[in-house]
Amino acid sequence: MPEIYSRYPMVKYLRKEALPTALCPGCGGGTVLNAFANAIDQLKLDPRDLVVVSGIGCSAWIASPYFLADTLHTTHGRAIAFATGVKVGLPDKKVVVISGDGDLASIGGNHLLHAARRNIDITVILVNNFIYGMTGGQVAPTTPFGAKTTTTPYRNIEHPLKISETIAAAGASYVARWTTAHVYQLIESIKKALTVKGFSLVEVISQCPVQFGRRNKMKEPAEMLRWFLKNSVPVSKARNMSEEELEGKFIIGELVNRKRPEFTEELNKLIDEVQEHFGLKEV
Amino acid sequence: MIIRGDEPEQVRLLRKLYKPGNYFMQGNEAVAYGALFAGCRFYAGYPITPSSEIAETMARELPKLHGYYLQMEDEIASIAAMIGASWTGFKVMTATAGPGFSLMQENLGYAVMTETPLVLVDVQRSGPSTGQATKGAQGDFFQARWGTHGDHPIVALSPTSGQDAFWETIRAFNIAERLRTPVVVLFDGILAHTRELVKIPDVDDVEITYRKLPANEEEARLPFGDPHGDGVPPMPLFGHGYFTHVTGSTHKENGLRDVYTPEVHDRLVRRIHRKIEKNREVYERYEEHFTDDAEILVVSWGVTARPALGAVLRAREEGIKAGLFVPKTVHPFPGERMRELGKRARAILVPEMNLGQMILEVERYVNDDVLLKGINKIGGVPLTVEEILREIRGVA
Ligand SMILES: Cc1ncc(C[n+]2csc(CCOP(=O)(O)OP(=O)(O)O)c2C)c(N)n1
Ligand code: SF4
Repeated sequence: MPEIYSRYPMVKYLRKEALPTALCPGCGGGTVLNAFANAIDQLKLDPRDLVVVSGIGCSAWIASPYFLADTLHTTHGRAIAFATGVKVGLPDKKVVVISGDGDLASIGGNHLLHAARRNIDITVILVNNFIYGMTGGQVAPTTPFGAKTTTTPYRNIEHPLKISETIAAAGASYVARWTTAHVYQLIESIKKALTVKGFSLVEVISQCPVQFGRRNKMKEPAEMLRWFLKNSVPVSKARNMSEEELEGKFIIGELVNRKRPEFTEELNKLIDEVQEHFGLKEV
Repeated sequence: MIIRGDEPEQVRLLRKLYKPGNYFMQGNEAVAYGALFAGCRFYAGYPITPSSEIAETMARELPKLHGYYLQMEDEIASIAAMIGASWTGFKVMTATAGPGFSLMQENLGYAVMTETPLVLVDVQRSGPSTGQATKGAQGDFFQARWGTHGDHPIVALSPTSGQDAFWETIRAFNIAERLRTPVVVLFDGILAHTRELVKIPDVDDVEITYRKLPANEEEARLPFGDPHGDGVPPMPLFGHGYFTHVTGSTHKENGLRDVYTPEVHDRLVRRIHRKIEKNREVYERYEEHFTDDAEILVVSWGVTARPALGAVLRAREEGIKAGLFVPKTVHPFPGERMRELGKRARAILVPEMNLGQMILEVERYVNDDVLLKGINKIGGVPLTVEEILREIRGVA
């Protein structure tokens, strides 16, 4: 094994035969993987108690195949629906979805919304890089207004989706947003998301220097990180800001943290009641 | 116990809930009860006519058996959730109709590629598109076979009555489990809503199969290998510490993606084909009536096999040597038997509620000197005995 792997303390959580990762140098995906591994480590979670599900895209590869757990790499956009079946089958395991913004919020937007509404105990780490990285940099539902992509060569005339706000409104138990420039906060949020009972979403604003940065005057990963830092506004501060002031800003922090009945618990409770009602319990 | 559904507790519940005997029920209910007897404990679906009573019956009955009913946001989510649940050890089913079946196609291909057992009931209705939403049809013969992309095998069954639907649904689960593959049940709107006598057996009279699990760590590390030489790898379920990786992309025996090496793709896809081809005895099934000396052979499937039998019986009364061949497993088509029967027949008639689909399969196995003719009716009304008999007389 090359020395770099043996020196990286989180390597024990990775599928070594799948390394090195296919991510471009400087991709924010590496930071997300690192943050996720650290969260698992700090929580002392046994990866045997983890199932990680992802869709299709660069971000979908972050944990599947690289994270050493049961991993399910599904069809484009459908990760949350697959994960729903996994969670019902294994209610005592932590079921985590890690995928991109195109995957989870565009083609898979409906599943994201409904999983939040159901409040099923799944943790979703949504990697928002404002672009379709894997397919070559096309416009995404998160691409900023006015930005250039391969399919908006003149400028993007659509408005980006506020994913975290939408999912908070849909009924999730926990929603937080950070950028890859806020690694420690990100780790803390992933830890909370994993511990909260109910649907949790951690949106990570992440750099894709290759497909997004290059076309938007930020070729270097560091330039993108500086952009994130310069434009991040904590939720508490954002509350007192006008819509105009918030234009182009990244609201970071915890948007929601609340208790609501959780789907798999309710499902099992219902089954119990039905069994009781029909006198089916073993006496 | 890892595969849920066969624990003594489950047998006790089945016995307590469903007394053996004759019941008057809809075809759709018969499908649902068949699934429950087969050990199905997870159902994810989205309502669509004429399949909805399957979902309704499952929603009512599954909790009694400690099973799970999920109404998902759409058909795509339904089959996705089923696949996820199947990897945790559930026997899983969904039911839908034409438009929903179309939405499920991408993930049906995913299930083929990842060798995930599941049962998908397509209660065929009239199309294309929303067509006649409440009317039965037999237009999805090829959607079942070629609806998803790529080179893939598929197993599809087609019951001919409510009673048959009960047993064929059980058989669908057994094939899915035995061969680690999705199985399609091509039902139809007419049988789905026909109420008739269905005999519910004793639990002990139902033979059920469970998927092969890894015998040791080594087998578990190769979720897509072929340690037993039958093309069917043991399935390491999620949650048991095997660190299994499952992907719909081309993968090696250990599950890891390799989309660049031609041999890896070739080896994987050919094995998936081979496990279906080589295990014909697991799924092939057909019914024959008066085929021994038949000069005029009627070949029919699903709902149409019933008026077809009526017509053959009437023809016999009239002294016409007619016979009936009913493939119960329509994919892979029972071509060998078709070829044998085709050699003896002078004329072959293929009645179906479409503009000619299964007839194309039949054609592949019969010689040019045989008169081959479709009897086709669309519009949502089943073929009658009279209509088929008239055609038999016409070629007699
Ligand atoms: C049904 C379907 N449509 C389209 C694609 C092609 N596709 C692959 S990845 C992708 C976009 C991924 O974007 P995102 O989720 O933002 O991930 P990123 O690569 O940016 O990390 C698309 C459209 C596909 N695989 N399947
Ligand atoms: S294309 Fe973008 S998102 Fe994909 S790996 Fe490269 S930098 Fe990361």
